Amino acid sequence: MRIKESIRIARRSLMGNKMRSILTMLGVIIGVGAVITMISIGRGAKADISDRIQQMGSNVLSIRPGSQRFGLRRFGAGSTLKYEDAEILEEKSTLVNYVSPEISNRAQVKYGNKNDNIEILGVTPSYQRVENSYVEKGSFFTEMDVKYKEKVCVIGKTVLENIFENREAIGKEIRINNISFRVLGIMEEKGAMGPWDMDNRVYIPLTTAQKRLFGQDHLRSISVEVKSKDDMEAANAEIEKLLRRQHKLAANKESDFNISEQTEFLQMLEQTGQSFTYLLAGIAAVSLIVGGIGIMNIMLVSVTERTREIGTRKAVGAKSRDIMLQFLVESLVLSLFGGIAGILMGMGGARLISNLAGWKTEVSIDAILIAFLFAASVGIFFGIYPARKAAHLNPIEALRYE
Amino acid sequence: MIVMNDVHKVYTMGQVKVAALRGVSLMVRKGDFVSIMGPSGSGKSTLMNIIGCLDVPSEGTYELDDVSISGLNDNQLAEIRNKKIGFVFQTFNLLAREEAIHNVELPTVYGDMPEKERREKAQQVLEAVGLGHRANHRPAEMSGGERQRVAIARALVNDPSILLADEPTGNLDSRTGEEIMSIFQRLHEDGITIVLVTHERDIAEYSQRVIHLRDGAVEREEML
Repeated sequence: MRIKESIRIARRSLMGNKMRSILTMLGVIIGVGAVITMISIGRGAKADISDRIQQMGSNVLSIRPGSQRFGLRRFGAGSTLKYEDAEILEEKSTLVNYVSPEISNRAQVKYGNKNDNIEILGVTPSYQRVENSYVEKGSFFTEMDVKYKEKVCVIGKTVLENIFENREAIGKEIRINNISFRVLGIMEEKGAMGPWDMDNRVYIPLTTAQKRLFGQDHLRSISVEVKSKDDMEAANAEIEKLLRRQHKLAANKESDFNISEQTEFLQMLEQTGQSFTYLLAGIAAVSLIVGGIGIMNIMLVSVTERTREIGTRKAVGAKSRDIMLQFLVESLVLSLFGGIAGILMGMGGARLISNLAGWKTEVSIDAILIAFLFAASVGIFFGIYPARKAAHLNPIEALRYE
Repeated sequence: MIVMNDVHKVYTMGQVKVAALRGVSLMVRKGDFVSIMGPSGSGKSTLMNIIGCLDVPSEGTYELDDVSISGLNDNQLAEIRNKKIGFVFQTFNLLAREEAIHNVELPTVYGDMPEKERREKAQQVLEAVGLGHRANHRPAEMSGGERQRVAIARALVNDPSILLADEPTGNLDSRTGEEIMSIFQRLHEDGITIVLVTHERDIAEYSQRVIHLRDGAVEREEML
């Protein structure tokens, strides 16, 4: 018997039990859909982080307080880095070009009747150069603004959207924790990194943040741009020496700060994200297997229901392999149609999450192929047992079955 | 042509061996119209299963058109059923989801007949049983007599050596039964070999010869 005929019979049988067929497929649809959505989210986040690593430039070193060592699980809460450390580096270091100290905290930002809790970054003008992120409209604040703790700020795109509803913002006064700041400029778009929106930020002079807003004098980090990529290690050693001296650390004491290439952290993030994606996809795959069990279940019911039909077919000349093929095609049709619907659902799901949560997602061809093949194998794997059962029915007993 | 020589059939049910046939010998020539009668438990069904190549004898020989059936495997039996046997069942055994024409086509599907030829042949035998106009109706839309006629058309579609009918009128009222029997009679006149299993005397009387079975053996043969 030809495949074509088996497909026709399968169609007849599945259409004859529409509701049952749809419910059976639903298991596969949800499974495939979930796998594709999960992989899309993972891929999107990964692409995002990779972009950022590219953009960041590889000659940036990042100095953080405390002895943060992820490997040995030591997280220094750290208040050891001070503005003076940044000044020393700028003054004394021979290998470093730009020094960008940074402090960060959340605060209530208010304009008109709009207000929101937003990340406030206290930085210096070097921030633009070191982070490779520049002001787009208006201007950034200057060294003088930092020196005199001016109440000025630069805002990110999301802040412009949410707080100003995209109206003219430059020159306006916003209130951060009830202190009035004048908006000088708008930063270029950085995009989201995974679930983090890098544009929902307000930048203010470092000193203003320390003294006027948060009353804290320690820094979150200092980023430095090394003159040449070849001098990264030398720069690392030089910074360590300068800061140890500044912190008056005895030779036998461990450093109370940590220097790393900025991309390292993101690379680690990238790896974590990847493991997480596999984990989620794995969980989603389990639901696909559950869907397969659903197919097997319904196929077994179908074989029992159609025992007489199988007997009749065998009486008129169907061989065991014809019957086997017929039922296998039926479960395969269920899983493949479920797979196709699931792919569409997964793509829709990825788009929905992208729109609702603002995460970047990336539906990849290989994810679709893998999900589809997986669905097909589920169909065959869980279809074989019922199909064999049907194929090996004794025709005499099957014909008499009530 | 059927030649059966001293056929035994023994079923093993758990520990017990049950002899359903104990040495049946019979011959059906091409063009014969033969009835097999007997009380229940006489081995009618077992004999019919063996004649229909659904089962093989435990002992003895069975030759169908000079081919020995005894040593064949399941696939070979399926092929013989497909090419040489046309079954007509008491309960019609049509596929409920399929239209008459597809039901009639069924044996040709397993016989690998090209699709176009298949459709023509099916339409032709449907017309032969007077149902050409009902080709696209499903069994549920037909009367019992019409369903049995579809089943007869299905049995004929591959031009079998034997038409094997098991109580073909058992589920029909007597008038429709007569209609069906007159079709058998006409097929017999056209030269088709028919073996009919029944327990009704007046149905058996349509045939030329009645083989009476009792306790798994031929009790007597009766010429009509």
